[in-house]
Amino acid sequence: MPPPGPPAQLTPVAPSADQPARLELSGRLDLHSIGPVWQTARAALARFARDPVVIDAARVTYCDGSGIAMLVDLLRQQRPVGATVTVKHLQPQYQTLLAQFDPAEFRERHHRPPAPRPLAERLGRAAMQLLRDLYAAVTFIGEAAAGVARALAHPGQLRWGDTLLVAQRIGAEGLPIVSLVGFLIGVIVAFQSAVALRNFGAEILVADLLGIGLIRELGALITAILLAGRTGAAFAAEIGTMKVNEEIDALTTMGLDPVRFLVVPRLLAAVTMTPLLTLYAILIGLVGGGLVLLGFDIPFALYRKELFSFVTLTDFLGGMAKTFVFGVIVACTGCLRGLQTRSGAAAVGLSATSAVVTAIVLIVVADGIFALVYYYLDI
Amino acid sequence: MSTQAAAGQAVIRVQGVTVGYDQSVVLRDVSFDVHAGEVFVILGGSGCGKSTLLKHMIGLLQPMRGSIIVDGEDIVSAAGERRRELLRRIGVMYQHGALFGSMSVLENIRLPLEEYTDLPLEAMNLIAHTKLKLVQLAGSADLLPGELSGGMQKRVAIARAMALDPDILFLDEPSAGLDPITSAGLDQLILRLKRNLGVTFVVVTHELPSIFTIADRVIMLDRQAQGIIAEGHPQTLRDTSGNPRVRQFFNREPEPATEV
Repeated sequence: MPPPGPPAQLTPVAPSADQPARLELSGRLDLHSIGPVWQTARAALARFARDPVVIDAARVTYCDGSGIAMLVDLLRQQRPVGATVTVKHLQPQYQTLLAQFDPAEFRERHHRPPAPRPLAERLGRAAMQLLRDLYAAVTFIGEAAAGVARALAHPGQLRWGDTLLVAQRIGAEGLPIVSLVGFLIGVIVAFQSAVALRNFGAEILVADLLGIGLIRELGALITAILLAGRTGAAFAAEIGTMKVNEEIDALTTMGLDPVRFLVVPRLLAAVTMTPLLTLYAILIGLVGGGLVLLGFDIPFALYRKELFSFVTLTDFLGGMAKTFVFGVIVACTGCLRGLQTRSGAAAVGLSATSAVVTAIVLIVVADGIFALVYYYLDI
Repeated sequence: MSTQAAAGQAVIRVQGVTVGYDQSVVLRDVSFDVHAGEVFVILGGSGCGKSTLLKHMIGLLQPMRGSIIVDGEDIVSAAGERRRELLRRIGVMYQHGALFGSMSVLENIRLPLEEYTDLPLEAMNLIAHTKLKLVQLAGSADLLPGELSGGMQKRVAIARAMALDPDILFLDEPSAGLDPITSAGLDQLILRLKRNLGVTFVVVTHELPSIFTIADRVIMLDRQAQGIIAEGHPQTLRDTSGNPRVRQFFNREPEPATEV
């Protein structure tokens, strides 16, 4: 509802022989009606650029903070010597408000944008930042490893309640999404392979392909990526929020090591649960593949026999070995990014995003390294 | 007087309001009026429902019973453009500032101006700068809230609450955490805005010096009574109230130690 009373109006009056230029203001100078008047007033000031101008506020009935801001704006304009701007006849209570502001303080400062840094400097800064990040990561991994070692040496000191709770969140509560994705991956890979291999009458080889693919590669990779999105982000957001709320500082000043208190339970839970979830994802994926092959007239028993004859224990162990490393990556990146959170809600979001992106990149890189190592070890 | 209501006329009417969370009642059958152009202070001990009442008065929560009329309109049931207009006419400073962490101080203050006005960016920036000057933070426009101290964040929150030159300003614990000089400056700002622009203030505070400086009228809430136990001018209440809880509050007397 617009406020009562006439809205703000402005009438510019050109200078005469005995009168300076005038801007006659009237009505309510408030946020509702100030916009057009403000623009007209600035245009009028520009028109009378070389003349002294009096802003006559005798008929102003009300002036709120925005009205005062407009008057400050008119008073702060840079003008030639003698072409002064003055406000007259403003009611005393509004004059008191206007007097709080020195127009000179509000003069526009023309900042020269900083020159772009040379390429070499930018590269150097990026390299230094990378080194600092690497140093922080190595320090953190060292602290976490020492924390885990201490926990294993003194199991009584481990916060078992927290560890089991985190394990439940990662493991049991992650089962539905792992089931869905694992099953669909099995179905999709089996179906796409079967369609192609049917041309050669070799549908049964889908069992070999699916077995080796899921057990050596996809099971661990898909589970780890799911955990990075679900668990890594949760770790970063949870610890990040604690950082923002100064809870980490409180732990430190109580003499409690945040790494022992927060990181070790999460790390142990992730390292324990990742292999179990991977195993589960592989089984569900194989079941999905088996169901697809039923549609291609390959009975389950034949599928199982082919699978077990082709996939070796070494394949299985090779696939499972990765899961421990992936678990460490997910937990460490989540916790590290959480502990690196700056202040504010946006920082928590950034930490969670960064935790997921870093974890996925590291998981893929680690998987590549595993592939190389297995190749040279002939595994 | 700024807009519709004449000075002294009720701009907020709280009528038979019962508030609480789930089934637990915090305040029962509370009624009072806030008059245009006054500084109305809600006070009381911790947990008595001051901030809860404030959240009901600004329409964030719905009372279990009763109505809260702001400028002749039920703030809870008002909808659409009318609600938007009502909200434009009130400014709220939350207890912990509630600044948007991803925006600079200037952007925080400019946000309501961008949403409610068609002013050019330069004009909105100038208005925001004048608000910052009023709360003595002229040089902090480009900082992020995370780079400010708690007290500075509160002052920015007050500047943001004033961005649209509201008729009614709700301030939740404005002085808590501020140094005495800044706190006194804030009291003077409240008095200046009241005197010169006729702004109505509803303030939740514990700070006795501030209450005695700014308050025209106070209500005192009590947890055990689940309602108002005193209403009037603070000095009158301190000097003449027959209620021991009121005297205890104004004279800063501790609870009697429990005998073991």
